[in-house]
Amino acid sequence: MANKITVGHVHMSGCTGCLVSLADNYLGLIKILDDYADLVYGLTLADVRHIPEMDVALVEGSVCIQDHESVEDIKTARKKAKIVVAVGGCAASGNINRFDRGGQHNQPQHESYVPISDLIDVDVFIPGCAPTPQMIRNVCVMAYLLLRGSDDQKALAAKYLKPLMALAKNPIASKANFNTLMQEVINVGLCMGCGSCAGACPVRAISMEFGKPQGARDLCINCGACYSQCPRSFFHFEVMDEYEAITDIINGAMK
Amino acid sequence: MNVLGKYKSVVSARSTDKEILKASQDGGIVTSLFAYALEQGIIDGAVLAGPSSRPWQPQPFVATTRAELLKARGTKYNICPQISMLKEATRSYGLDKVGIVGVPCQIQATRKAQLYPIGMRDVPDKIALVVGIYCMEVFPYKGMQLIVEDHAGQKLQSVKKMEIGKGKFTVITERGNVTQLPLKVTHKYEQPGCHVCLDYVANTADVSTGSVGSPDGWSTVFVRSRIGEDVWGKAMAAGCFETKPIDQVKPGLEMVTKLATEKITKNQKTVDERAHFGVGKALRNPYI
Repeated sequence: MANKITVGHVHMSGCTGCLVSLADNYLGLIKILDDYADLVYGLTLADVRHIPEMDVALVEGSVCIQDHESVEDIKTARKKAKIVVAVGGCAASGNINRFDRGGQHNQPQHESYVPISDLIDVDVFIPGCAPTPQMIRNVCVMAYLLLRGSDDQKALAAKYLKPLMALAKNPIASKANFNTLMQEVINVGLCMGCGSCAGACPVRAISMEFGKPQGARDLCINCGACYSQCPRSFFHFEVMDEYEAITDIINGAMK
Repeated sequence: MNVLGKYKSVVSARSTDKEILKASQDGGIVTSLFAYALEQGIIDGAVLAGPSSRPWQPQPFVATTRAELLKARGTKYNICPQISMLKEATRSYGLDKVGIVGVPCQIQATRKAQLYPIGMRDVPDKIALVVGIYCMEVFPYKGMQLIVEDHAGQKLQSVKKMEIGKGKFTVITERGNVTQLPLKVTHKYEQPGCHVCLDYVANTADVSTGSVGSPDGWSTVFVRSRIGEDVWGKAMAAGCFETKPIDQVKPGLEMVTKLATEKITKNQKTVDERAHFGVGKALRNPYI
């Protein structure tokens, strides 16, 4: 199909789990690559040495600030890409690279890692460890509609992406962990005990005690899933009231 | 703002299943609908609010049989974090078609999990039936305990049914004692997080239901989505429910609209007040 957007996968210090998650869309990934996006850059996936011009850079991993090459790569990605997406906890909020290792022991190396938004402007955050295949898929479809869709589709994609773009501009989200949920939702009287945070936590660090989240901070890996999944972190009626139409659009695009 | 949300149809309904009605809160709509959906394979399990080790403290669980569904009958009026089990239902329980029941905020959470499945891997496509319950507010467990034990003077263990309606909090014991408290007494025990909620009748559920608007023992049912229309239509055709047109029952839709408007107006005010809560400082607004 003509008029595809160009997408690259930029790999910083991460475990490749985000890329695996993208691939876990199975035939959906083939559909995305067939109809909506050309993969123009990606470690092991595209035979391209230097980061080229592209519409969307999907960045996985934190940046090791002692590694000159990584720092240059992330700066280049920003210069070459129209939209930079921080895919996953490492890129968005530091995740295990923040040395909150989910209860692991300290390790002897002395390198330091920062989420990519500490070094460059980021347009969209997809938190979580790993980010889910469906969330990456939704952002891919919406990025396509934003760049290539009709005016209506552009407006819809902009509305859908707005909260994820707001996260990317929010310094709190780039330091997100269970405490963020505590400070931004529970401490300001917004929590109503639905359990989304506990359901979303990939390391089962959150349990619900008497209807409120209890976090085991030793286990928290700073992925930000609990905070961003919470319906009281962001909830825009103009998007959510249209859940049926939006689900139709996404499913239709993946058919 | 449309306080009742989008809907395709609204009726007053009651289950035809005597066993379900024996311990249902009102018309037995939720249990009957899930029982039908389970029997027909529309869902292969449902996340519900079931009993726990403490009296009247609900605990989310996954029901995969009719017998398990029956355990979740009746309203509990305190917090039950169903969404904490949503992903689990597709994982540990291996469900591909999940039913879920919840109050409006939980239905909002479910739809957010579908549209923004940030930590909800493989959940969006596996949600098969979302049933919402009208909700003004809930109480934390300890708050409810104070209402029942201190104000109504009953042991939680001895309570058979609790009811909020007609401006009263009613506690009915196994031995038939009925205590009624004006809601003025119970307001201070409400969960604060409820006071910023702008949804009364679960506007984004497939089907939403509650007692308000219908006569005693009946429920008002909104059918909202394509899925809702499909499942409700089939359940009706199978004889699961008897219905009356909503304009022929008292107090009718007007009462639902009135309460929805009251809740949303009051809570919108709370949201607005948060914008200038301190001196030049706001408390966060989740809706912008």
